[in-house]
Amino acid sequence: MQTVEPLLQEAEFDQKILDEQKIEPRDWMPEAYRKNLIRQMSQHAHSEVIGMQPEGNWITRAPTLRRKAVLLAKIQDEAGHGLYLYSATETLGCTRSELIEALQTGKAKYASIFNYPALTWADVGATGWLVDGAAIVNQIALQRTSYGPYARAMVRICKEESFHQRQGYEIMFALAKGSPQQKQMAQDAMNRIWWPSLMMFGPHDADSAHSSQSMKWKIKRQSNDFLRQKFIDQTIPQIKVLGLDMPDPEIRWNKKRGHYDHGEINWDEFYQVINGQGPCNHQRIKHHKRAHDEGEWVREAVRNYREKQNRRENSTMKK
Amino acid sequence: MKDEINCTELENLTRFLIALGDDSVIYSHRLSEWCSNGPYLEEDIALTNVALDYTGRARLFYQYAAKLEDNGKTEDDIAYLRTEREFTNLLIHELPINDFAFTMLRQYFMDVFYCLYLQALSGSKDESLSAIATKALKESHYHLKRSEPWIKLLAQGTDESRQRILRAQAELENFTGELFLMETWEVQLVDQGIAVDRSLIQLEWERQVSAFLAESNIQFTQTQLQVSGGRCGIHTEHLGHLLSEMQYLQRTYPGMKW
Ligand SMILES: [Fe+2]
Ligand SMILES: [Fe+2]
Repeated sequence: MQTVEPLLQEAEFDQKILDEQKIEPRDWMPEAYRKNLIRQMSQHAHSEVIGMQPEGNWITRAPTLRRKAVLLAKIQDEAGHGLYLYSATETLGCTRSELIEALQTGKAKYASIFNYPALTWADVGATGWLVDGAAIVNQIALQRTSYGPYARAMVRICKEESFHQRQGYEIMFALAKGSPQQKQMAQDAMNRIWWPSLMMFGPHDADSAHSSQSMKWKIKRQSNDFLRQKFIDQTIPQIKVLGLDMPDPEIRWNKKRGHYDHGEINWDEFYQVINGQGPCNHQRIKHHKRAHDEGEWVREAVRNYREKQNRRENSTMKK
Repeated sequence: MKDEINCTELENLTRFLIALGDDSVIYSHRLSEWCSNGPYLEEDIALTNVALDYTGRARLFYQYAAKLEDNGKTEDDIAYLRTEREFTNLLIHELPINDFAFTMLRQYFMDVFYCLYLQALSGSKDESLSAIATKALKESHYHLKRSEPWIKLLAQGTDESRQRILRAQAELENFTGELFLMETWEVQLVDQGIAVDRSLIQLEWERQVSAFLAESNIQFTQTQLQVSGGRCGIHTEHLGHLLSEMQYLQRTYPGMKW
């Protein structure tokens, strides 16, 4: 019995994946599948949360009240995504405090793009446009991911992300069509954020450690390089509309491939930032820890208050 | 003679709208500082949500003021191109966020105040003003539903959280009195049925606040000596820093579209 059952369970699981059925929290799943999902989903959740920092850096300096309101709403959405994804990850049997600890000790990663500084107002525009834009390309593919709670989270989140991208592009458009200084600001931000946005899709397929198993389990639905190309192809025409110079001199339409060719990504930089040596890695985690530590007395008060409440309720029930 | 009266009336109303807008814009700025700094992710969301509501209010007040002034200036000119002596927000809105206890106790004080004040203001003879107040009132009711339990919880949670609430109260008590003061021009608007007599709200505000705090064994004493001056542009030292941050882009690149 004991030896047969796991085999049956595994066969059933494999069949579900094959039939494009969603795996749900109560379903049996291989331990490695669960681990892989926890890694990817928590990384996604952490990205939403850490991403609040570079954009939050501009809330108090937004140039108009309307821009400020839109930015506030956007960051609020991102926090909501983080929350939603944390809950989805919790369905796999880990707690939010465990996830946060993994983030703070560096065991869990978040999108490397947020380890770059948001230097000017144009960075807010370029981030919405390019970073949320790249995220959408990734997340649309993930709407078909095999784990039910994750797939559903993606559907909900994608709707808001496209709104973010439009808002970011709108900021870039105003700058690109504004004064020479503003246009320069837009160009500079795009030049800086372009490459890290391409890095968001991860290493080349051949070098991607988790890719092949993830594809087999249908956690991942399309390859890094495929999605990156898709992002590039949809973004180049948008750069032309802005009237900005291309961020990469090698960008050229390739008729034969039906895609844009582009220059090689600086992979040394990619691995450097992923391994904690980017411009803001320390700053982001320090910020997160500081906020978390400063909030400890609040959480302690909440725990204490609830305990007191429970005790009171129990004693009145006994009466 | 009639034109002259209308002229002062208009000037008073504009002044009033800008003052209310200043209250909201400055308070919203403070709340937004909590973004990515809250004790829970949920609180980050909640606090920025309140900040967003106040930004929305500020825009409505300023837009209406700009429409009345009719001199080509926009809501952003009002927010971003005036100096610390020209801002007329009441001081409690500009105090730094300090810790979570301070932020939530101020929020609670503001919520009780705005629920009463906006309720009264929604009866203004000025229809546009009444409409803004009605919309904002709904938000404040919602804010109060969130700040009340937090105060109760922090006051009764741990020794530390209680101490923090008491310290916050000691500081805030000096600034709540200004919520109920009026300059001559505001009194004139009250007489015309446009503004609300703040002094009439004070008793009810104090009654609600002291009754609520008493449930947590906290005695609320309105101190006799109250700090004031915001409506005349006499602020705390904090406002200048806030404005230099908030107005940075508009000041560095004058006259541009964003
Ligand atoms: Fe997001
Ligand atoms: Fe987003």
